[in-house]
Amino acid sequence: MTTTESFASEAANSPTTPIVHLEDVGKSYGNVHALRGVSLSVRQGEITCVLGDNGAGKSTLIKIIAGLHDYTTGTMSVNGEERHFSSPRESLDSGIATVYQDLALAPLMSVWRNFFLGNELTKGPLGRLDERAMKRIAQQELTKMGISIPNLEQPVGKLSGGQKQCVAIARAIHFGAKVLILDEPTAALGVNQSGVVLKYVVKARDAGIGVIFITHNPHHAYLVGNHFVVLKLGRVALDTHRADITLEQLTTEMAGGSELEALTHELRDLAPDAVQKPKQDVVQEKEQ
Amino acid sequence: MASSITSPTTADDRVAARSVGARLLSRPEIGSLVGAAVILVFFLIAAPPFRDINNTGTILYQAALVGVMAVPVALLMIGGEFDLSAGVAVTTSGLTAGLFAYQLSVNVWVGILLALVVSLAVGAFNGWLLMRTGLPSFLVTLGTFFILQGLNIAVTRLTSGAVASNSISDMDGFRTAQWIFASEIHLGGVTIKIIILWWILFVAIAAWVLLKTQIGNWIFAVGGDAAAARAVGVPVKKVKIGLFMAVGFFAWFAGMQLLFVQNGVVQSGEGVGKEFVFIIAAVVGGCLLTGGYGSVVGGAVGALIFGMVQLGVVYAGWNPDWFKAFLGTMLLLATIVNLMVKNRAEAR
Repeated sequence: MTTTESFASEAANSPTTPIVHLEDVGKSYGNVHALRGVSLSVRQGEITCVLGDNGAGKSTLIKIIAGLHDYTTGTMSVNGEERHFSSPRESLDSGIATVYQDLALAPLMSVWRNFFLGNELTKGPLGRLDERAMKRIAQQELTKMGISIPNLEQPVGKLSGGQKQCVAIARAIHFGAKVLILDEPTAALGVNQSGVVLKYVVKARDAGIGVIFITHNPHHAYLVGNHFVVLKLGRVALDTHRADITLEQLTTEMAGGSELEALTHELRDLAPDAVQKPKQDVVQEKEQ
Repeated sequence: MASSITSPTTADDRVAARSVGARLLSRPEIGSLVGAAVILVFFLIAAPPFRDINNTGTILYQAALVGVMAVPVALLMIGGEFDLSAGVAVTTSGLTAGLFAYQLSVNVWVGILLALVVSLAVGAFNGWLLMRTGLPSFLVTLGTFFILQGLNIAVTRLTSGAVASNSISDMDGFRTAQWIFASEIHLGGVTIKIIILWWILFVAIAAWVLLKTQIGNWIFAVGGDAAAARAVGVPVKKVKIGLFMAVGFFAWFAGMQLLFVQNGVVQSGEGVGKEFVFIIAAVVGGCLLTGGYGSVVGGAVGALIFGMVQLGVVYAGWNPDWFKAFLGTMLLLATIVNLMVKNRAEAR
């Protein structure tokens, strides 16, 4: 099992190596083109934010990288090698770990059993579970991430949303993920818990992991992201580096930009008094 | 922004440590144990023969007949599925061994091995079809239930000309097989049928596998959340097919017991309705019908409740017609007690 430390040193040697690279990747379900011509690079020690509205193709994109679906056009290379994953196991074995929106935790199972699910430690000829070691390691890893769960025997279903997220992230990092896909990790969380989760995302990045951060919240994305990709109707609408964009631009881009402007006019025509201009425009006018 | 976040390392003081009692009460089988104790006390008072130590063996035998099959049915239910063909599959196993050995005049053990292959194949077919089609296990195993029920009667009539298999009691290998599957041990005044010992052994092994091995962890996971299990690399299909094959294996064993305890004859119509008894034993034992939670020991306690009620009614001198109504009531009560105890433990 590779530890996070060794990734950190690898990352130091080659800070911008793309681990996962997508070139013109597309996915069709019958006659529905869920994803078209998407190119994306994930580098070690970087956070790549994938933004988009509902149905923009974010889920399809992560399912391809996570090995749940295969893509139909283009190429995906992992560590410079072209790959088609036929199962999540293959994706995991290539060092790609995915933390899903529903977290992939079995709610009625205890924290430590969930932590080691699929990677259980066993001892002896009969393959008995090494419970003591698993509990100890789970506790260590969670503490390392700054999560305090007093009783590892309690079912995961009783943890708070933020705690669950952190258990899932800590698990992925412990099992040697080089690429971490986070699917809307802050979507269902309050402000405090979102902050906690975002701090772990940064910790993962600092450990040299390439993070793909899927979200529809530009504020959260801008807090941690190095690189931003906005998806719209299955295509890449924007692909830019942090240095080349401001939060306002990103928000406008996410909110629909020109489409929102058109919608504002349309609604104003319907009910002139009830609809106000978006705040941002007001600010800009004042400046003018 | 970052400074306003409360440090997550500070322990959450809203969570108080749970007492040993609460932790004990949160075990899945605890409700059934309470129910079993209540029923035991009830019949000790209401039915004088129940207190006779000589009848303990008979009660345990009734429990074991259900209990052997409750083991894989509980595992399967924890794995998120159930098997309506489990009852008739037992009969299929017994018939296969009996008819084959008799018709081809081979050693009984050849028939026994063939029955094992057939039983495992039925289980594998159930599991495979379920995984292949994604249909609910209710539909798939309902289909298998009718197929097996029909085949049992049709094939028996076709080969033996009657509704029961021909007796194989005078054939080679019968004695050894009967010794293994259906012998008795006398301990003082108590007659212990060997299936009781097998049952205890099976429960011990299955409980160990479920709680202490990787396979057991996977069984909980595929039942609790199959998508989550698949996402972390658990071979969901293999686990589920394996569970159905476990039902096949135990159906084989129960079928052999049936064959050899009845001196080598199996009635082809037997087993219908038994599948519900197995499922009830597992549910009473604390297995969640929706999967992901439960216990093998609980299933055994459920079977014990069944055995106690079935004979308790007789020992109390009541008309056995009342048995099913009484059983249903007892089962409902046990389930409610189970639920209450679980809720209370979780609320602490």
